[in-house]
Amino acid sequence: MDGVHDMGGMHGFGPIPYEVNQEPFHDDWERRVWGLMFATTPPEDGTLDGVRHNLENMPPHLYLSYRYFERWLYHLTTTVIASGAVTLDEVLSGKAAPNSLTRTDAAGPESVAPYSVTQYRREVDAAPRFSVGDKVRTKNLHPRGHTRLPRYARDKIGEVILHHGAHVLPDTNAHHKGECPTHLYCIKFSARELWGSEADPRDSTSLDVWECHLERA
Amino acid sequence: MAEKSKHAAHDHPDLSHLPSDAALRVRALESLLIEKRLVRPETIDEYVEKFEHEVGPHNGARVVARSWIDPEFRTRLLEDATSTIEEMGVLGAQASDVVAVENSESVHNLVVCTLCSCYPWTLLGIPPSWYKSYAYRSRVVREPRAVLQDFGVELNENVEVRVWDSTAEVRYLVVPERPTGTEKMNEQELAAIVSRDSMIGAARLEA
Repeated sequence: MDGVHDMGGMHGFGPIPYEVNQEPFHDDWERRVWGLMFATTPPEDGTLDGVRHNLENMPPHLYLSYRYFERWLYHLTTTVIASGAVTLDEVLSGKAAPNSLTRTDAAGPESVAPYSVTQYRREVDAAPRFSVGDKVRTKNLHPRGHTRLPRYARDKIGEVILHHGAHVLPDTNAHHKGECPTHLYCIKFSARELWGSEADPRDSTSLDVWECHLERA
Repeated sequence: MAEKSKHAAHDHPDLSHLPSDAALRVRALESLLIEKRLVRPETIDEYVEKFEHEVGPHNGARVVARSWIDPEFRTRLLEDATSTIEEMGVLGAQASDVVAVENSESVHNLVVCTLCSCYPWTLLGIPPSWYKSYAYRSRVVREPRAVLQDFGVELNENVEVRVWDSTAEVRYLVVPERPTGTEKMNEQELAAIVSRDSMIGAARLEA
């Protein structure tokens, strides 16, 4: 979707709040949101792509005014309501409705395994259409749903520099329409192709693009 | 559910009556989810503990230091970082598929996620807020040299700047240049000087 989250190349966001070796959390409530995000029993049909899309679907004024972990909190709150696990009234009152306790299977601390790998690469029969070195053009797509092809890289010509194999396609996976594994490539675009003649001719941006978003140039 | 998510924007409930103080909203939701048994407080604590302290840039730094002292490892890392890093046991959450890109005298690499906040957690830990800021996400693809200047990174003439926008479940790890004056350091000493920001491409290392 063409939302405010797709901000590559936008002007006006001011200076970067950079500090050398900045700590990841500023307040303790941010730690609690981090933990809640992963420890809370997810909806049965939840996917990471769905999480991203739900965040993109935040009203833009909230997306832009909330701090990062407030966006996660908003995501978590809307998700537990949407899945039926809690009601809006319960969230607003902060209290469980009488006789509403149903789950007893929340994950315990032994389930926390940072080094366990979730693989998004899949084996497919289809041969890749493109090879390293090919010139490709990204399609001019503006889907209402989730996609990982940013606006600044649409309808642009680049070069295939890596083939990652086939990966789960976010465009379908975010919408419960299946994983549709699709060949994924890293495409290198010159800064001038993306930003015009004033961009530095030495520079480039590379991003991962699924085959269904590419055509031969 | 498919129909619902298609119109998710219109389905978001009105939460405007919740307290404006984020800390209060978190406390209320946490206590409700605990009461509803949707979460166990000790699991929340464990996620914070493991990701804030157990994983982190020390993992990425070990990969970088080894690539500096072991040419065969370096070659494999640049060709197939995923299996090379897997051998070191530090693949994991948000780092299942990894590509290593190396800085040199003529190339400087810089990583971003313009669409959200993708970042290799097991290798670099939880991202700093500047990495997730709108200013970084919006500016770095358009004007990477100005961004690097703001970070205090001086580039030599003729250096090519390569930006990597993390749009898939592939994470990019920058291998910074080994500083001069570190020739006598062993692998462990070298790992100790590799900063997190240098592995994003936001800093250069000094001995």
